[in-house]
Amino acid sequence: MADPAPLYETVLEGGKHWSFTARRGTLLRLTDPHGGANVGMLFYNPQNLLERYNAPDTLKCQHTFKLTRGHCLYSDMGRIFCSIVEDGVGWHDTVAGNADKALVAQRWGTLRYQEHHNGWTQNGHDSFLVEAAKYGLGRRDLAANVNWFSKVAVDETGAMYFETENSPPGSAVALRFEMDTLVLMHTCPHPMNPAPEYPRRPVEVAFRQTDPVAPDDFCRNFRPENGRGFQNNEIFHLCGAAAGSGPC
Amino acid sequence: MLKESTLVPETAAYRHVIPAGDYWLRRVEAGQIFRIVDLEGNQAADTLFFSAADPAERYSAVDTLRAQGNVYLGLGSKLLSTEGNVMLEITADLVGRHDTLGGACATESNTVRYALEKRTMHACRDSWMLAVTEHEEFGLTKRDITHNINFFMNVPVTPEGGLSFADGVSGPGKYVEMRAEMAVIALISNCPQLNNPCNGYDPTPIEVLIWDPA
Repeated sequence: MADPAPLYETVLEGGKHWSFTARRGTLLRLTDPHGGANVGMLFYNPQNLLERYNAPDTLKCQHTFKLTRGHCLYSDMGRIFCSIVEDGVGWHDTVAGNADKALVAQRWGTLRYQEHHNGWTQNGHDSFLVEAAKYGLGRRDLAANVNWFSKVAVDETGAMYFETENSPPGSAVALRFEMDTLVLMHTCPHPMNPAPEYPRRPVEVAFRQTDPVAPDDFCRNFRPENGRGFQNNEIFHLCGAAAGSGPC
Repeated sequence: MLKESTLVPETAAYRHVIPAGDYWLRRVEAGQIFRIVDLEGNQAADTLFFSAADPAERYSAVDTLRAQGNVYLGLGSKLLSTEGNVMLEITADLVGRHDTLGGACATESNTVRYALEKRTMHACRDSWMLAVTEHEEFGLTKRDITHNINFFMNVPVTPEGGLSFADGVSGPGKYVEMRAEMAVIALISNCPQLNNPCNGYDPTPIEVLIWDPA
């Protein structure tokens, strides 16, 4: 893949949150420099915030329990927010949800902002609530999120376990946005991480411009369902960039 | 694990048959026992629960699964809310396991899964859209329609990370029963899906029964 200079890059320290609108055609690369990072993420259509990431549809449309290269992240309206065009990890979780304040307190104790400032023990649930509220969204609007770099697998009986060595240092995953997308993200610990200390792992975030999706695109052809998902996006974009009028 | 209920239909305070393609929306009080019967077998009952006191608090699939450490629902499963409270507990079950990963069918996801031209086929989410619109008294809207339970549905997950919709493990007359630990609003779509084996390609009626606390 062509890898032009990033339009913008930054680092999110562990235990933080952020949000932004990624335009269609943006490549977002997340890198886990030290290994063992977790990035919680939710997606919304900024033109219609009722359209949001749907983990069940994403899983059943692609007959998968894990997310990796080739998979597309679907909205509840049958459209693709973004495709996973690059993945050095092989398994990302979208089933185990978030840690909230009570879970963090129970597992790692509470470090308050008053005493610990930037070293406080922020949790993923509150992080999403804070970012969601900036767009008029609330707790009713949260959904099953993605946990990048984290692996939760099952045994033959369906028992779930957290894989502690899933993401080695330097691992990266890249998302290509297939429509304009509001992204909420946090770098708080995965709710099943058994680390004895609150895991505080930074993540590098880089934005690039990508080329248009080619007919032989890997994600588009990864499954026949994805071809139809891309068709739904094309219908959505019939009105051009300034959708919101016409049949879209 | 399977367990029969000691309750008999004759003593139920409420009984109602839901035809395939219809929704059912009703308050279930704390302490009441709530049963869903797969009358003819191989049906899928797509179900959502909301706290009656605060409908913004609702069933959370991810919190329920993580807390019980297993991706299947069955006897003894505590159905947790988004606030971490127990909403209901499964107290009897003749099926063995139920799905809460696969979500509901929607006309939009049907276009992806099967064909764009299937966009006009009836789907669970359309039933729910009508339900929340016809029952404004509950204050529910599309934003409340999320990640549900599929009672009677079989969605095996493999250690390698695969997930599929398999033929049902349910059968005629099998049921799942749960005790409400808080007053809840129960919203069921009796699945109309004609495109996959979740209901044997032949959607059939289900029955709901409610018993008052003993």
